[in-house]
Amino acid sequence: MYDVVIIGGGIVGSSVAYYLSKYQLKTVLLEADNDISNGTTKANSAIIHAGYDPEEGTLMAFHNVRGARLAKELCAKLDVPYKQCGAMVIGFDEDDEKMVHTLYERGLANGVEGLEILDGKTVQKLEPCVSDKVTCALLAKTSAIVSPWEYALALAETAVRNGVEVKLNNRVTAISRNGEAFTVTTVKGKYECRYIINCAGLYADKVHQMIGEKEFKIIPSRGQYYLLDKAEGRRVSRTVFQCPTKDGKGVLVSPTVHGNLIVGPDAEDNDDFSVATTTEGLNFVRNASKKSIPTVDFRENIRNFAGVRAKSDRPDFILEESRSVKNFYNIAGIKSPGLSSAPSLALEAVQWLRSKGEQLKEKDNFIDERKRIRFKELSGEEKQELIRKEPAYGRVICRCETITEGEILNALRTPIPAVSIDGVKRRCNAGMGRCQGGFCSERVAEILMKELHLDGLEVLQDKEGSNVLVDYSKGGSSNV
Amino acid sequence: MYDVIIIGGGPAGLASAKACLDKGLEKVLIVERDKELGGILNQCIHNGFGLHMFKEELTGPEFAGRFIDMLRDTKVEVMLDTMVLSIEDDHTVHVINTVNGYQCLKAKSIILAMGCRERTRGAIAIPGTRAAGVFTAGTAQRYMNIDGYMVGKRVVILGSGDIGLIMARRMTLEGAKVLACVEINPYSGGLARNIKQCLEDFNIPLYLSHTITDIRGENRVEGVTVSKVDGHFQPIKGTEMYFDCDTVLLSVGLIPENELSKAANIRIDPRTRGPVVYENMETSAEGIFACGNVVHVHDLADNVALEAKKAGESAAEYVSGLRRADKKVVEIKTLPGVGYTVPQHVRVPLDNKFVEVFFRVNRVFGNSVILVKDEKDNVISQFKREFIVPGSMEKIIIPKVMLEKAEGNLTVSVKED
Amino acid sequence: MTELICIGCPKGCHLKVDEENGYKVTGNSCPVGAEYGANELRNPTRVLTSTVRIVGGLHDCLPVRTNKPIPKPLLLEAMAQLRNIEVKSPVRMGDVIIENLLGTGADVIATRNM
Repeated sequence: MYDVVIIGGGIVGSSVAYYLSKYQLKTVLLEADNDISNGTTKANSAIIHAGYDPEEGTLMAFHNVRGARLAKELCAKLDVPYKQCGAMVIGFDEDDEKMVHTLYERGLANGVEGLEILDGKTVQKLEPCVSDKVTCALLAKTSAIVSPWEYALALAETAVRNGVEVKLNNRVTAISRNGEAFTVTTVKGKYECRYIINCAGLYADKVHQMIGEKEFKIIPSRGQYYLLDKAEGRRVSRTVFQCPTKDGKGVLVSPTVHGNLIVGPDAEDNDDFSVATTTEGLNFVRNASKKSIPTVDFRENIRNFAGVRAKSDRPDFILEESRSVKNFYNIAGIKSPGLSSAPSLALEAVQWLRSKGEQLKEKDNFIDERKRIRFKELSGEEKQELIRKEPAYGRVICRCETITEGEILNALRTPIPAVSIDGVKRRCNAGMGRCQGGFCSERVAEILMKELHLDGLEVLQDKEGSNVLVDYSKGGSSNV
Repeated sequence: MYDVIIIGGGPAGLASAKACLDKGLEKVLIVERDKELGGILNQCIHNGFGLHMFKEELTGPEFAGRFIDMLRDTKVEVMLDTMVLSIEDDHTVHVINTVNGYQCLKAKSIILAMGCRERTRGAIAIPGTRAAGVFTAGTAQRYMNIDGYMVGKRVVILGSGDIGLIMARRMTLEGAKVLACVEINPYSGGLARNIKQCLEDFNIPLYLSHTITDIRGENRVEGVTVSKVDGHFQPIKGTEMYFDCDTVLLSVGLIPENELSKAANIRIDPRTRGPVVYENMETSAEGIFACGNVVHVHDLADNVALEAKKAGESAAEYVSGLRRADKKVVEIKTLPGVGYTVPQHVRVPLDNKFVEVFFRVNRVFGNSVILVKDEKDNVISQFKREFIVPGSMEKIIIPKVMLEKAEGNLTVSVKED
Repeated sequence: MTELICIGCPKGCHLKVDEENGYKVTGNSCPVGAEYGANELRNPTRVLTSTVRIVGGLHDCLPVRTNKPIPKPLLLEAMAQLRNIEVKSPVRMGDVIIENLLGTGADVIATRNM
């Protein structure tokens, strides 16, 4: 019998797992996919918002501001790429200027620090590539960029180090209740527990309705992006937003923590949960970005992607005990600023358990740190020392990002090991660069085969079913 | 202290090492990131190599093998499985490998021979899902020819570059069905012989002025939509064709790999995306030479080897003390129709009796004349051609005597009859 | 009269073959084109390049080719022959892997050392 079952291993589920792992609880996180952070968490703008967007008094406002502060601490502790690069919301006319002032006032009311209103000239001075038609901007110094998948992985890995179980490939198919105990049935097995925390993102409504009444509906909203080569990574030094509209925060142009430039998203409700990009969507993003930064060189694009945000039919986050099922909690409808809010939302879960009379005794030996070797960032002496101890660091596998075999082996030996080529990428950046795995994916596949004892045909690009190789060639492998 | 450190052990690196050796250099080092020499030739198991260099038709591995044999038991040192992390303009090369760890090597001269990489799906922003099964042709070629795997059974190839065409034949022979080769330009990017022997031989349709406008499939590719494009490469509504396939191969161009060069502040030509070079293949950094696909994308490995020979010989001259830095520089400019030239700069007076200039056109020309003019519009040289196509590199030879008559910079243009 | 692209070398000459005139070839710039043009309409041949399995080598595949062109209609049958071959390292470039492939008189040879 588990105390808590967390359903969903995105940034929210991972945050909940992390905070619960501080206490003497038996917790399991069930994830449908074959990796943590493989849904909405990995495909978004990767921004920790300052907190001036949400209207005062909303859950979004409170949790964004508190979550952003927690994110800064967590990323430092858990060695997650994070940079407080600041953000600007730029305006071009009188309506925009009004909006910029509204956001400024809203930010102050929400408790956001480091806000300033700038005139067009100052904007130009700070960000020379911003359009010269800009007349004003809100500067938010606390806005930050982060590696969202590494953030979620770091939280989930730390939770595992502290005793939380993470079960991948465990899509929940049914939930039942017998007295005080729930039985959560997945495609792989059954898990009994006293509490359920539903962090199932795009599927949160379906998961809830496996046992509860229809209380909310998830409305998937797709956003498409361009990710550009590092050659464009210094086009801006801060995240540059346009003034928000009813559809969201609009198209942004931002550096990423990995040194690239991200441009997007559009916003489009799509009921089929598709993460496909479209000609129309990409054209929209490209054209819209030109209003802010006319000189972005889209020939340097290295990847397009679409992410699906889990909007709901309620205007605010859904953060409550189910109205129809006792001890079943929903953290749902976590649209933007969800990534920013996640740790703060997770702290609510701790409060819920306390409010039910749980003692929540802290563990004595809670591990609250994480370190990852990033070969590229070491000095010459450190590189030499590391290779002497572990020769695999002397072999570069991903040449674009300078990722060594040692780092790839680490990705396969973390508390939540990678099982796919993209899983390796998310853990150590191999294949993330300008050739997009053209050179290294074959070598990563070879390491996967060797380390995970896979046949070549079993190697996955990403999710289950994304097999890279379909057969042996005639002259082919000796494994035939 | 090495005389020359050559970065890359593919055709360019091998041929330049051979030239250094022939010029009598004692301390020559090839640094190769792979576990063997040969570079991309190892996976290019098809024939068509060596007709210029060796006067016979060889496969890629045989072409590489000839050079490797010539270097065997010579003074040329080879470091395999070794990555160059950076180079500096004082000719320091920072490398790592599993045996010696991190090392700073010093050389009198450096030859850049890092080759190129393939353009990816991102570079051309093909819309659609994230499904597995989209490969660059070279990646698929490596899986197939080195590792022995099939990347797919029903294949659509985007782009008609040579690697894509070669893979169309290779996959067909291995039992896959290649449904189509789709090219956005109104002409093929590959050699005419490859259209014939790789597509026509196997009845694989080539769709010119078409492109892939959607990739479907949740986890693995399930199909693609192909549309005709207009003169501005925009898809034309109503022309969509759907192909039921599990794989997309991309052969949409190559990009010289110059991250090391850029980090060393070597001047890059935005047209070639390779270093700007002088007639002796010297880059903007004195004593650093470049050759092969790192300079500009070649059509033939033979041409790579010839260019590399030049770079190797020039590096040897540099090591022996010959300096050209104070000579007058003539720039070779291009007019519309000509994509670029290599070299971009010529130092005069020439040490040789002539200078070879390579270039590619960016559209198809029929019967035409290539004109080299000076700033006074005087024709310095002219050359007749029956065809000039973007898929083939053109070479012209400007004699020293003619070059000496030129006033100011030169232009290269093509005039169709 | 049939028009062909010569595959003899990368130049890709535009050949014209006159079937009614003893398969006379024009448009070629060398003897290779003349021979190719004359053969292509009657008995087209190709050099086959492929791989065979190798045990104990650096890679799992050894590249091979026929040492002379074989009739084009035999290409797929020749591929089927290669499927059953497994060689052991070391192999030298030029080593014969299959003698007299399908009775064509062509041998399959290794194209590298491994």
